[in-house]
Amino acid sequence: MSTQATGRSLVVALPPHERSEVSVARIMWSVVLALMPTTLVGIWFYGIRAAVVTLTAVGASVVVEHVIVRYFFRRDTTTVTDGSAVVTGMLLAYNVPAGIPLWQLVVGAVVAIGVAKMAFGGIGNNPFNPALVGRAFMLVSFPVDMTTWPVPGSQGFATWNLDAVTAATPLGLVKEAGAGGLSAVADQLPSYGSLFLGNIGGCIGEASALAVVLGGLYLVWKGFVPWVVPLLYLAGLGLVTGIAWAIDPGTYIDPLYHILAGGAMLGAWFMVTDMTTSPMSLTGRMVFAASAGLLAGIIRLFGGYPEGVSYSILIMNALVPVFDRHFKPRKFGYGASAGGAA
Amino acid sequence: MTQTILFSVLVLGAVAAIFATILYVIAKKFAVEEDPRVGEVTEMLPGINCGACGFPGCPGMAAALVDAADGGDISHLNCPPGGQETMTRIGEYFGLEVGSAKETVAVLRCGGSCEKAPAKASYDGPRSCAVAHGTFAGENGCAFGCLGHGDCEVVCPFDAITMNPDTGLPEVDQEKCTSCGACVDACPRNLFEIRPVGRRDRRVWINCRNTESPVAAKKNCSVACIGCGLCKKTCDGIVQAITIENNLAYIDHDKCIACGKCVPVCPTNAIAATFEPPKPKPKKTETEPAAT
Amino acid sequence: MKTFSIGGIHPPENKLTADKPIVDLAPPAQVAIPVSQHIGKPAELVVERGTEVKVGTLLAKASGFISAPVHSSVSGKVKKIDTVVDAQGYRRQAVVIAVDGDEWEPGIDTTPDLVQSIPMDATSIVARIAEAGIVGAGGATFPTAVKYSVPEGKHVDTLLINGVECEPYLTADHRLMLENADELIVGTRVLMKAAGVARAWIGIENNKPDAIAHLQERLQTLSAAGEIPEGTLQVLPLEVKYPQGGEKQLIEAATGREVPSGKLPLDVGCVVSNVSTAIAVYHAVQKNRPFIDRIVTVTGKELVARGDGGNFRVRIGTPVSALVEAVGGMPEDTAKVVMGGPMTGKAITSFDVPITKGSGGLIFMRAADARRHAVGNCIRCSRCVGACPMGLEPYLLEKLVQAEMWEDAEREGIMDCIECGSCNFACPSNRPILDWIRLGKGRVGALRRSRAAARAGK
Repeated sequence: MSTQATGRSLVVALPPHERSEVSVARIMWSVVLALMPTTLVGIWFYGIRAAVVTLTAVGASVVVEHVIVRYFFRRDTTTVTDGSAVVTGMLLAYNVPAGIPLWQLVVGAVVAIGVAKMAFGGIGNNPFNPALVGRAFMLVSFPVDMTTWPVPGSQGFATWNLDAVTAATPLGLVKEAGAGGLSAVADQLPSYGSLFLGNIGGCIGEASALAVVLGGLYLVWKGFVPWVVPLLYLAGLGLVTGIAWAIDPGTYIDPLYHILAGGAMLGAWFMVTDMTTSPMSLTGRMVFAASAGLLAGIIRLFGGYPEGVSYSILIMNALVPVFDRHFKPRKFGYGASAGGAA
Repeated sequence: MTQTILFSVLVLGAVAAIFATILYVIAKKFAVEEDPRVGEVTEMLPGINCGACGFPGCPGMAAALVDAADGGDISHLNCPPGGQETMTRIGEYFGLEVGSAKETVAVLRCGGSCEKAPAKASYDGPRSCAVAHGTFAGENGCAFGCLGHGDCEVVCPFDAITMNPDTGLPEVDQEKCTSCGACVDACPRNLFEIRPVGRRDRRVWINCRNTESPVAAKKNCSVACIGCGLCKKTCDGIVQAITIENNLAYIDHDKCIACGKCVPVCPTNAIAATFEPPKPKPKKTETEPAAT
Repeated sequence: MKTFSIGGIHPPENKLTADKPIVDLAPPAQVAIPVSQHIGKPAELVVERGTEVKVGTLLAKASGFISAPVHSSVSGKVKKIDTVVDAQGYRRQAVVIAVDGDEWEPGIDTTPDLVQSIPMDATSIVARIAEAGIVGAGGATFPTAVKYSVPEGKHVDTLLINGVECEPYLTADHRLMLENADELIVGTRVLMKAAGVARAWIGIENNKPDAIAHLQERLQTLSAAGEIPEGTLQVLPLEVKYPQGGEKQLIEAATGREVPSGKLPLDVGCVVSNVSTAIAVYHAVQKNRPFIDRIVTVTGKELVARGDGGNFRVRIGTPVSALVEAVGGMPEDTAKVVMGGPMTGKAITSFDVPITKGSGGLIFMRAADARRHAVGNCIRCSRCVGACPMGLEPYLLEKLVQAEMWEDAEREGIMDCIECGSCNFACPSNRPILDWIRLGKGRVGALRRSRAAARAGK
């Protein structure tokens, strides 16, 4: 009868009947777009090799995810179109030296997607940032190739074998100088200008802080990243390194240098802000970011590696459930202005 | 080299010994005193912790049985999934009489299949009867019938319920069903009832829960009970097992003798039986005018 | 510009019918008036089959404190006492009346003249509101008289008239503010008298600048003429943000006060009524006319694109089919019909559903907009947390409900949820978060009742 009254079979669902335009795919592809300046700068400095490294990491990540979804999860659909595997691949590529052997990169992608992401159930379920897990795995498995840095911009665009010439990273130089004092390496250290604009040794994504910040600001403008989170990460890093510098400027380099050098920018704008592996409330995210920054500073100053960004974020990822339990958003009707009622 | 190996072995051995001692001491010190009979009775129970007995899992039931046995009477306790066999064994263990529980089975009281109650709307939400029940009356428009999302199938601990994709209704496997009652609680429309399996598995029940007016009920479903009373008239002359309330008949399973005479008289085929019911008598023409 | 502080979203406004004047819809051939159109106990029938009724005749009387009477919206004869499907398809008791002419109860002032002076005192105003069967016309349908019966020891200092209309598509209140500003102002003054307050604000989102300007101009003229004391009644423009029309959100936006969890606006000295409620109050108190009709926005992208749709004054009990007919039939590309606003309204499956006191809209949604998208994993983006105007964590509540952890859900504040739908709207994975939260609210509510019963039993 009701069919006769309406004339057709209508859809029934609970309200709301409106949906925001923002989808997971839109978020992920926006991140891909935000990584484009870094990609271009990487190619500018490391030539065709950087492009191939990026494409390999992205391709391997996408293929691994697709295979797992289709043949391990036995689903008819695939999840690679949401772009999250592309993001993971790009971040992995920007966290390795441009001269990395491609097969090692593929192994890293398999670990990143297969172990760190899909083994936990796919997007949203991974406790650790997949790209960083992949990088950490590569760093312990292929320590030499992972720390052989080609000199940026020193070779032609089409040069394939970058590993012939190697350069130390700024942070590596600082670390090496150690107790001997910074004066020993002072003439080798790149200027702040090069750090900001590019042209320094390191991973592909570490080449230019400016490119990373541009992408980050795009995400802030889109509303996918709260601006305060990356700033707090950098502030945490600056605080620790700043205290050390204030105590002994002869041994430790100043905090601005720490913030601009290495993967700090990439970590602050693209990895601390990773939605899945950071806490849910804004206060939680802020404390999370600041703590990770402090940790990164401590690792850089006192740890065995010159770089501490990846490990600082991975360690904090493990603490996310604790953050979620303790940092809750402010509930309406429980505050002081609500008359203290429970 | 040998020294290194020896040293490692010694250190690890010592560590192991220290931990073993700690564990031993703690295990002894904090050991919970438990009646050994509870453990033994738990062993005899099916071990599926369904809660159908009314106690929290099989150990809970075992503790209750031991308590009751100390009081000298366990006849009020029953393990539906274990059945008579289990209870007899437990009775022998305690040397006490056990109650004789009737064998029962879960029965679905809705016949609104895709064919009998065709869908008029299309539900767009989580596959959950509980959510769908809060959303609307149902794709077929019946506010009492099966929603077809299989909450019962999910909740059944024995895989005794399967959704039939052709009818859209759940089916109970009598062999697997233990009458634990999980489906009764899970169904937001209270469509399941635990009924005796009946002699030679013969049972008859009203396959509908709709209490709407006959017109409204028939609008959505061709096999809805309209409370016409023909079955009751038939049964009144035999065992008076059928009552009618709010346009809906109900068969009292304690009185019903599963003769099946009510099945063919139902004008909407709303009565279900597990056996081939007797053919209607030619007297049918007589009963019909009386009903209208 | 003021707004509420926690959460909120910006759904596309789609106020397609904002410039369509209100049209009176003639009474249909038959109406079905449900006896329960409000929160609280259903009204008790006082008519039976065959009773002759006029417009305004009492059909069912209130049955308890939280209840509201129901009046006939048409003249004719009671055909039967039957059931009619509600918006969700469940059958409810209703009085079915065959319409014959349009004769009104004597005593109802049907002239369009504005009655400015308010002779009644607060108690008789509240009694009149109760008799007229007025309920919150914004959709909550809480009996208005109960709101204005301020209990001993409570003090109210602010009246808020809700002209926010934050639901997309709906334009009924907008049109009322433009076309019936004077009635609205008198109605507001009646409510001020009833609540005993010296201050009232009409909160309007600034996507309705014409309504803000018009009301401000009317208020100025009236206070210049000495009709209303200067400064007591003001228009409060608000920033556009959903769900500003939520009672708690509006109070916070206007006064900065937070209604404590589990408490009422009265506890922070406020009362809130909708624009259509205030106008209904005007008619009840000044013109002796019970709640028998309301404005319904009939809209939808295709419907408006083909030149139909609009705002209709509809008698309560009119079946949806009469409205569909009035706009020239359902558009070809319709896959979902929503009664109410798109954020909180219900999808209906039958056009037999009657318009009730709380139904403010009828939206025909195109197939492209009707279906939900495929559900994905929660990516912990926390957009739901950011959107929730109550500061809850919807993602967590969804998980707790699915795991049937009712106590934990209760501790996480599931009962504070106002079901505004912001979390569902914001979710990039299209998760049906609110579907689950609603289920959980039902279960936790039952749990609380059983606890209270256990306490009472002891």
